[in-house]
Amino acid sequence: MFVLAELKDNVRIAPDQFNLKLVDAVRDEIDRKLANKVLLNVGLCIALKEIVSLKDSIILPGDGASHTEVLFRYVVFRPMVGTVMTGKIRTCSREGVHVTLGFFDDILIPHAALQHPSRFDEAEQAWVWEYPLEDGNKHDLFMDVGEPIKFRVSREIFEETSPIGPPKAEGQASQNANTSAAAAAAATVAASQEVKAPYKIIGAINESGLGVLSWWDQQAKDDEQEGEEDNTEYDNDDDGEGACEE
Amino acid sequence: METVNATYAYITNLEVMNILQTIKSTKKKFGMRNLATVTYEALQYLEESPCKTQTCDSIKSYLRDLGAYGLMPHEMLQMVNDPPTSALHTQLLIDDNKVPLTDEENEAIIELTHKHFHFIGGDQNGLQQEEAQQQQQ
Repeated sequence: MFVLAELKDNVRIAPDQFNLKLVDAVRDEIDRKLANKVLLNVGLCIALKEIVSLKDSIILPGDGASHTEVLFRYVVFRPMVGTVMTGKIRTCSREGVHVTLGFFDDILIPHAALQHPSRFDEAEQAWVWEYPLEDGNKHDLFMDVGEPIKFRVSREIFEETSPIGPPKAEGQASQNANTSAAAAAAATVAASQEVKAPYKIIGAINESGLGVLSWWDQQAKDDEQEGEEDNTEYDNDDDGEGACEE
Repeated sequence: METVNATYAYITNLEVMNILQTIKSTKKKFGMRNLATVTYEALQYLEESPCKTQTCDSIKSYLRDLGAYGLMPHEMLQMVNDPPTSALHTQLLIDDNKVPLTDEENEAIIELTHKHFHFIGGDQNGLQQEEAQQQQQ
């Protein structure tokens, strides 16, 4: 899920840090700049792994700080499309299931990519997999908040976010300082603007073995335990097809 | 900021966990809240994942044994990060459209997981027994 990205940047070390070793000062500056931030088309930056090389430090006129060009490798979170990952369900909404990894929140499994057939239960605000049993009945498998869920990454979306502009005089929703694109705010006249996530992952669970972990745990323990009531539908599931027949 | 190579190398979760643990034990500077946040949260995630019980050597020996199955590098990376414990799990990680995995191969791969990565329920003392079994096969 993680990659090492090789990046190059010009790092400014303020004079009050001249007492530190250059390597340490540079390392801190890079982390200060990049940790927990998304770099366009690179991913979510986690932490610095190593500094590859430092060019000479120079002092520019008018600025007492030193400027050093650094080539370094950074640990970045960017799962390959097609990777299978385990996360926790954050919330369910009409558009699908929102999954979180703790350090990364913007994972959505759209309702079209849920196990088929699924329905959205308004009362519980949760998606439910209606697992069809052999005798024609349906077994409701709920996707509750906090449950660990295995999913496959189907797409990654990088959005360009521009800096937050100054608040407008009109009482438009740009009062919400998190609006990313002022142009989009003018186009979509919505009461509340949503924060555009710079890096989104779209996932899918419409395969055997994907979804809430407890759905498939029973099958693995088939040989060891006796089937409970919930197990009956999996017992005859020799090749793990489940409800998905394609 | 210039991106020289956005995917210079792929690294396993274990390596990331080690890097973050080193950072966690050393850094307590001011203004590093972002780093502290993401380090803490990422460590929380990684410590609940299978890489908690892995070591550098166990991964190396696992990959050596996996080499017999002719897997693609990205499949092997996924298997190191999330070692399969059931046939279904293995089928998710390995794309077997071209060369379908037989049941025996599937089981052998699952046994490799138990042999190299000792899970809860794994048999730590059974290493010698399993090695003897492998030799017999």
